[in-house]
Amino acid sequence: MTMSEGDLAVTEIRYLQKQPVDPLPPPRRLVGPIAWVRENLFSTWFNIAMTVFIGLLIFWIVPDLINFLFLDAVWTGNDREACLPSNLKREVGACWPFVWDRFSYFVYGSYPIPYRWRVDIFFGLLAIGVGWMLWLNAPRRDLGALYFFVVVPILSYVLLSGVPAIGLPHVDTNLWGGILVTIVVAWVGIVVSLPLGILLALGRRSPMPIVRTLSITFIEFVRGVPLITVLFMASVMLPLFVPEQYSPDKLLRALVGIALFASAYMAEVVRAGLAAIPKGQYEGAQAVGLGYWQMMRFIILPQALKVTIPNIVNTYIGLFKDTTLVFIVGIFDFLRAIEVARIDPKWAAPTTSTTGYAVAAIFYVIFCYGMSRYARATEERLAKGTKR
Amino acid sequence: MAGDNPATTSGGVTQSRPERVPFYNDPKIRNLFYQVLLIAVVGFLVWGAATNMIENLRRARIASGFGFWYNTAGFDISQTLIEYSSQASTYGRAFWVGLLNTLLVAILGIIFATILGFIIGIARLSKNWLLARFASFYVETIRNLPLLLQLLFWYNAVLKALPDIRDSVAIWGGGYLNNRGLFLPQPLAKEGFAAVLVALAAGIGGAIIFRFWAKRRQLLTGQQAPVVLVGFGLIIVLPLIVFLLAGLPLEFAYPEKARFNIRGGVEVLPEFAALLLGLVIYTAAFIAEVVRAGILAVSHGQTEASYSLGLRPRPTLRLIIVPQAMRVIIPPLTSQYLNLTKNSTLAVAIGYPDLVQIFTGTVLNQTGQAVEVVAITMAVYLTISLTTSVAMNIFNARMALVER
Repeated sequence: MTMSEGDLAVTEIRYLQKQPVDPLPPPRRLVGPIAWVRENLFSTWFNIAMTVFIGLLIFWIVPDLINFLFLDAVWTGNDREACLPSNLKREVGACWPFVWDRFSYFVYGSYPIPYRWRVDIFFGLLAIGVGWMLWLNAPRRDLGALYFFVVVPILSYVLLSGVPAIGLPHVDTNLWGGILVTIVVAWVGIVVSLPLGILLALGRRSPMPIVRTLSITFIEFVRGVPLITVLFMASVMLPLFVPEQYSPDKLLRALVGIALFASAYMAEVVRAGLAAIPKGQYEGAQAVGLGYWQMMRFIILPQALKVTIPNIVNTYIGLFKDTTLVFIVGIFDFLRAIEVARIDPKWAAPTTSTTGYAVAAIFYVIFCYGMSRYARATEERLAKGTKR
Repeated sequence: MAGDNPATTSGGVTQSRPERVPFYNDPKIRNLFYQVLLIAVVGFLVWGAATNMIENLRRARIASGFGFWYNTAGFDISQTLIEYSSQASTYGRAFWVGLLNTLLVAILGIIFATILGFIIGIARLSKNWLLARFASFYVETIRNLPLLLQLLFWYNAVLKALPDIRDSVAIWGGGYLNNRGLFLPQPLAKEGFAAVLVALAAGIGGAIIFRFWAKRRQLLTGQQAPVVLVGFGLIIVLPLIVFLLAGLPLEFAYPEKARFNIRGGVEVLPEFAALLLGLVIYTAAFIAEVVRAGILAVSHGQTEASYSLGLRPRPTLRLIIVPQAMRVIIPPLTSQYLNLTKNSTLAVAIGYPDLVQIFTGTVLNQTGQAVEVVAITMAVYLTISLTTSVAMNIFNARMALVER
């Protein structure tokens, strides 16, 4: 090839465009609602089909739901007569007067009416404690922890169960019920499972063979069986294991079962957090002369628990949902209160059951969704330091 | 406990005469002491519980031991997969009936929940905004509702609200739906049906052999073979042809509606349907999250690298993305399967005769032998869980990334 620049200039260059090309049409709109719809809903044939399908599904479900909850619903009445389709001569949706009538039963169960203020105070104390613990910038969170894990349990036992000596008559746990019991069970599970779970997790990672074996056995055993069998064990076998005169009452047995079950799950969550701490942290702590418990308390656990907060909250969500299972061993929790109320002949109407379940669903969704939002917010907050 | 005793490590640094550590500060002795103490406490608790139990059982005049296993059960079970009668069968037989019922609902639940969960998990990642929103709404709602509430809803508010027997809904194909269950035609094999089964077995075997051959050929020569198409032909089309050639050797026993009941056909109990529905819908929401996390765990660079090597989107998905996502998906997926199996014990709330309902329910009440009955039930679930986790460990070890 010996072509110089001059040759190139003379040669006719066929592949070059001689006339200017027509300008391209403007691009399809990339912003604005129409572009958004085209991009997100109708980009391909498959997407169009899916959009139509989901759209039809929504049009099929949502109006029915709105009709049931609001438009066709009955809002006032004194008994089942108000909610019978034969009386109203129309489709009947939710039977809300049933809920208004039974509301205090849902909240307190059969707790004696003159003493229900004690339950209200308990809810208030608990709400303060929960707020104190959840608000990460709250002042004196160490006091908050003391309040939540020590003061509230003692006060609430005094309030709910009653101490006749100081003028609070005793209320038997058989009378407790509804949301009160659900909250008590969930809260005992939460308060007990965290410390016990931390101990079990430490035990599982301990170099002492016997401690490790016992921890592993407990954790794997409890995690390997369904909660119902643990509750059955607590309710039928626990009374056999103690002398007859100390036989625990029904609620306490269920609480023991729930607490042990939750601890085993919590142990695994905490263990995952411990495993995420680099070995250098342990070695550093040892190098400055800290003993085992000092190392755990000041160096390892604060870091490990911090990274597991979202998982801990998720375990609590599971625990909160699992509290419904105490219903099966005969504890009068919120779901049981609804079950009992919905078959009450006074309110027997075709939609009573569905109304009751709708109320329960709203209750659980509010609590669990709230917790999961909190977990997600915390996760984002904790990720700030490591995010680039 | 490492680090309990800094004196032992600092002893060598100072050149002076090594101090003698008092024996109570020696970590070895301390560890031994703590462990002996722990054994003593646990042992004392177990011993106390055991003596109390023996005392309490003696006082309540409850027999102990597993002798009840061979006693006549004397109660009816609404769904039995194996032969069982209340007069002749033993508690041991009732145990097997319950276990089979549990396994039936668990296996069907796992199959359907996997299908639904994968669909929803993938839908949540869809580019279609409406579809993704719908899927995430499903997941967020279902995950935040207790399973027990969902089961009670399906059973009491939906299935029990169906019309009663007299107003049964006739469904297409000769079945009936009412508040006592779903009644479907029962397929009965006529002579010649065995040939279809033989063809099916041969087809499955052939497909496996073909897959091996195709894989080897691909490794040797790089040529690909239509494995899916051939497999479909061997497993589905071949038995179908044999079925047609044999002259349709299958007939249906249709359920017949009488005044007060429905005779014949296969009966699906409303308890079973509610349990299966609840378990599938609930577990699918969790599986969807597992699937979503698994797919997101495969970095986008993998897709781009695959495209730059010249693979087209479908092979990219099949050969690059899915195998890597499955590595992340399978361990949590297995634990969801175990959860489903354990959650099937909620059957007891709606009266489906699973192991817990039959055993810790009826048998426990009849015999009063709480310890033995609960121990047997727990042993069953523990066996299932531990077997699965051993299998998972082997799987994980095989699937683990081989790194440098």
